[in-house]
Amino acid sequence: MTAFQGILMVFLIICAVSVSFSKNLLNSILIYMSFSLIMSMLWICLESPDLAITEAAVGAGITSVLFFVTLKKIHAIETAKPGKKEEKDSE
Amino acid sequence: MRHEKERDAILDKVYDSQRNVEMKIFRKLYHVTSIVFCLFLIALLLVTISWLPASGTVERPVNNEVSSRYIEKGLEETGAINIVAGMILDYRAFDTLGESHVLFVATITVLVLLRLNKTEKHEVEINDRQFEPKNDTILQFVATFLVPIIIIFGIYIILNGHLGPGGGFSGGAVIGAGLVLYLNAFGFAKTERFFTEKTYKGVCFFSLSFYCLAKSYSFYTGANHLHSVIPKGTPGAILSSGLILPLNIAVGLVVACTIYAFYAMFRKGGF
Repeated sequence: MTAFQGILMVFLIICAVSVSFSKNLLNSILIYMSFSLIMSMLWICLESPDLAITEAAVGAGITSVLFFVTLKKIHAIETAKPGKKEEKDSE
Repeated sequence: MRHEKERDAILDKVYDSQRNVEMKIFRKLYHVTSIVFCLFLIALLLVTISWLPASGTVERPVNNEVSSRYIEKGLEETGAINIVAGMILDYRAFDTLGESHVLFVATITVLVLLRLNKTEKHEVEINDRQFEPKNDTILQFVATFLVPIIIIFGIYIILNGHLGPGGGFSGGAVIGAGLVLYLNAFGFAKTERFFTEKTYKGVCFFSLSFYCLAKSYSFYTGANHLHSVIPKGTPGAILSSGLILPLNIAVGLVVACTIYAFYAMFRKGGF
C-alpha cells in the first residue's frame, strides 16, 4: 500500500463516519458523493478500472441525484422561495 | 390546528413514561430485548466466522481450477481480451441475464410505488417546475458541451467492453447520467421528443428478449457440442469475441433506459 492509498483510506473512513454524524441530510448526501469518488480512485489503485467507472457513474452520480430528488419530494431540502431567505438567516 | 393539539395531547398522555406504568415496563423491556438481540446476533456471526477456512491456506474453496482455466483458456474460448467481460458475458452470462432482469423488475416496482394518474401527474409536474430556474444559462451552456461528450464516452465504453475496461453496465450508467444531465438542463419537453414510455418499453423488451434468445442459442450449441455459427473473429478487433459485443449493447441499453426512467419517475411519477 502506497502513501497515496493510505491517504485515500483515511479520507474514506472520515467520510464514512461523518455521513452518519452530519445533522443536515443535504450535507450527508454530498459527503456520500465524495465517499464514492474516493472509492472510485481506490478502485483504480487496486487495478480494476471497470469498477471505478461504474462507481463514479452510479455511486457518485446517479444515486446521489436520486437522493436529491427524494429529499426534494419529502420537503427535506428548503426550496429557495424569494423573501424567505432573510427569515431563515434571522433565526 | 385543533386536531393537531388534541393528537399531541393524546400522544403525550400515552407516551408519558412517568405516569403510564405499562409504557414504562414496555420501554425497559424494549431496551433489554434489543441489547439481548444484538448480543445474540454478534455471537452468532462470530461463531459463523470461526467456521470459515483460515485465510491464506491452500484448501480454501477460492483456490480451485476455475480461475486458472479462465486465465489460461479465456482468450481462446471467448475471444475477448478483457477476461472480465469474457467471464461476465460468456461463462456466466446467465447471471448477467438475471441482473438485467433485476433492473427491469426494479423499474416496474418503482412504477407501482410512484405512479400517479393523469390529473395528479399534471399537478406534480406543475409543482416540480415551480421552483426550477426557467432558463439556467450556466447549466444549459455547460450541458451543451458536456452531454455529447458523456454520451459518446458511454458508447465508447460499451463498444469496447470486450477489449478494455468497462462493459454494458458501466457504459449504460454513464449514458444514463448524461441523459439525466440533459433532462435537468433542458426539461422534460426536450427529452420527451425522443424518450417516452413507449421507447422505454420497446428498448427493454427488445434488448432483454435478444439477450435471452442469443444466449439460449449459445447455451444450446455449447451443451450439445454443436458447432456455433457465430464467428469469434480475431482477438483485438472491434468486431470480435462472438456474442459479447451485441450482449454488451443490449445490457447497456437496458441500464441507460432504466436509469433515465428511475429519475423521471422520481421527479414526476411517470415518464
